[in-house]
Amino acid sequence: MRLVETGNHVAAWGARLSRVEVVSAYPITPQTQVIEEISRFIDEGEMECEYIPVESEHSAMAAMIGAAAMGVRAFSATSAHGLAYMHELLHWAAAVRLPMVMVNVNRALGPGWNIWCDHQDTMAARDTGWIQLYCADHQEILDTVIQAYRISEDPRVILPVMVCYDAFVMSHTYMQVDIPEQEAVDRFLPPFRSLWKLDLEYPFTHGSVIYPDDYEEVRFSMQQAMDNARRVIAEAAREYRDVVGGYHGELVDAYRMEDAEYALLAMGTVASECRVAVDELRESGYPCGLVRIRSYRPFPVAELRELLAPLRVALVIDRAVSFGLEGPLFSEVKAAVYGNGGPSIHGMVTGLGGRDVPYDLIVDNAVAAFKGKLLPGSHWPAVRLNDHHRLVKRSLEEYWKKEGVR
Amino acid sequence: MRLRDFPAEELFLQGSAACQGCPGSAALRVAFKALGRNTVLCVIASCTSVLQSPYPVSALNLPTLNMAFATGGAVGSGMTAAAERLVARGEFEEKPTILVWAGDGGTYDIGIQALSGAAERNADFIYVCYNNEAYSNTGTQRSGATPYAAWTTNTTKGKEEWRKDVAQIMVAHGIPYVATASLAYPTDMFRKFAKAREIRGTRYIEIQAPCPPGWKFPSSHTVKIARLAVQTGMWMLYEHENGRTTYTAGTQRIIQGQAKLLPVEEYLQAQGRFRHLFHPERDEERIAAIQKRISDVFETLQFTHKMKEHLMDIEISPRL
Ligand SMILES: Cc1ncc(C[n+]2csc(CCOP(=O)(O)OP(=O)(O)O)c2C)c(N)n1
Ligand code: SF4
Ligand SMILES: [Mg+2]
Repeated sequence: MRLVETGNHVAAWGARLSRVEVVSAYPITPQTQVIEEISRFIDEGEMECEYIPVESEHSAMAAMIGAAAMGVRAFSATSAHGLAYMHELLHWAAAVRLPMVMVNVNRALGPGWNIWCDHQDTMAARDTGWIQLYCADHQEILDTVIQAYRISEDPRVILPVMVCYDAFVMSHTYMQVDIPEQEAVDRFLPPFRSLWKLDLEYPFTHGSVIYPDDYEEVRFSMQQAMDNARRVIAEAAREYRDVVGGYHGELVDAYRMEDAEYALLAMGTVASECRVAVDELRESGYPCGLVRIRSYRPFPVAELRELLAPLRVALVIDRAVSFGLEGPLFSEVKAAVYGNGGPSIHGMVTGLGGRDVPYDLIVDNAVAAFKGKLLPGSHWPAVRLNDHHRLVKRSLEEYWKKEGVR
Repeated sequence: MRLRDFPAEELFLQGSAACQGCPGSAALRVAFKALGRNTVLCVIASCTSVLQSPYPVSALNLPTLNMAFATGGAVGSGMTAAAERLVARGEFEEKPTILVWAGDGGTYDIGIQALSGAAERNADFIYVCYNNEAYSNTGTQRSGATPYAAWTTNTTKGKEEWRKDVAQIMVAHGIPYVATASLAYPTDMFRKFAKAREIRGTRYIEIQAPCPPGWKFPSSHTVKIARLAVQTGMWMLYEHENGRTTYTAGTQRIIQGQAKLLPVEEYLQAQGRFRHLFHPERDEERIAAIQKRISDVFETLQFTHKMKEHLMDIEISPRL
């Protein structure tokens, strides 16, 4: 079946086709249509699912943990402040080793209130033990949600998976998507599996006090699970293509990299904009390609080492910043290829709070980077003083003078 | 039901890591006996996280998920929703009892939002607050349940505020069952758990839990202090269902005039946490304030009880 649908509704279809049995979620722009559509599916009898309209995101994640611990497939969706609010329990879900999938619509954090896209929210959840997959089009949202359950519930993994896509640019725009047959999805995605559940016949205690001599091994097992996930993510992508149809790359999605001497690296819809930039750069004589990172955790270390080794220059575009350092993706790309020769790597931070990232901005900065004219370190090419900032600055300066602050 | 009629099976095992005289472990033991094996447990961050014993052993002989501090109402909601699905799919013949076990800090303070949300949705599980009237796990700090004038490590001259009453807040949510319980009245507690098990929807049971190190009394006095709390009216035993409150056990006896309300001093003086009310000199003002609150409540209840009996007499008097 072919539909023209919003990214959010497509995510709901992903949950429906995955035969999710418990959904607990709390509304936040720009995620709301995901849960509205799911509750419509349930009301119309199209999904056999318990929907828990919790009173907060902290509770949304707590309820998911409770549901998954009982042995059923759980789903939630959130964004920005919601993700930040449930942060404590992101750690809990991963470390108690439960499979589950949550969609996060990438949105900026306040203040000031800003509902538009950047990746700061999920970057701040980077070290919680969740697998993070980033999508670049609507079909990929659908396919990735379904794949995410396969990955999450794989006995080699058993970690929660976050499926990320960009606010508005994806959540609210309409695109054509192929909705696969339920039987095809069922062939790809077996019924819920986990390594443990709250079993009345085997009354284990989970998550109790654990002393220093035991704790590190548990965290090491999570690291091993992440390492295993690299293979499982790639397998899931390939098997999904064969059984259901639809392929969007594995840990990375490479575009025109075969003969490339230069590359752009990005995640989400900026990577789509980068495709246009790559074509443009090729026309101007730069043999450039694109590496779109699909899997941010686990990080595609081997893929990047291989793809970047023959290059001269690479430019990493971050839609987030690690304050006091630079864009996190930039840091990590450098760390991944460290000691492997390879290109000089530049980074830029842009597109925060939904600021447009047009392909010509990418092209201009890429050319500067390729020519060695970009300064090292964190580069913010779009930052400028506009009329609003000037206006506020003037009145602030008056206030500061009066208060003797500055 | 007498004590000797309690099921022999122990689902709270010996050798736990609780302090001597711990009210938490005693309450768990009675609750588990009343609820039986078909129970799934969620323990919220509290002394119970510790007293169950550390990895890799456990005193809890029920499938147990330990959870973060603010999550009780929400985890219960998720577990019960999942259990619904498992019943629908035929994996469970009978839906297990979902039991969430939290302290007063996890209930009155950080967890009240999740609990209120769950109660408003009437999620089908039993929520227990074992109320030791402080944050015992972190070394006895005040909570919203700490009584007026009680010493804690951050109310060193005695708490200035009166405690709130979450059981009454739960009554206001209109859930099907709210009950309070005391360690000194185990058969009353057992009966309340056994009854709660048969009811669907959110059930809230709050157990007063005198904590020897936190309240500063000898560990052999836990039950004695619990009994004094009821006898002096500092803790009231009741259950609330179908819009009606019924007082039970020791509280009922006081209201019906079969037992005397003891002066609250007897309760206060038995605990180090109220020592500053008596040493170096008596703090008449605060003692009187505490007594007045209790006396006012009981006067009203006793009056209402008498009025009801009087009305009953009129009703049943022969119409000749
Ligand atoms: C979010 C969060 N904040 C603080 C803590 C620290 N903490 C653990 S248990 C506890 C007190 C628990 O008090 P209560 O619920 O009354 O249970 P008790 O220890 O008295 O049995 C606190 C403050 C925590 N675990 N999580
Ligand atoms: S501090 Fe109190 S509640 Fe905690 S284990 Fe000891 S006796 Fe029990
Ligand atoms: Mg307490």
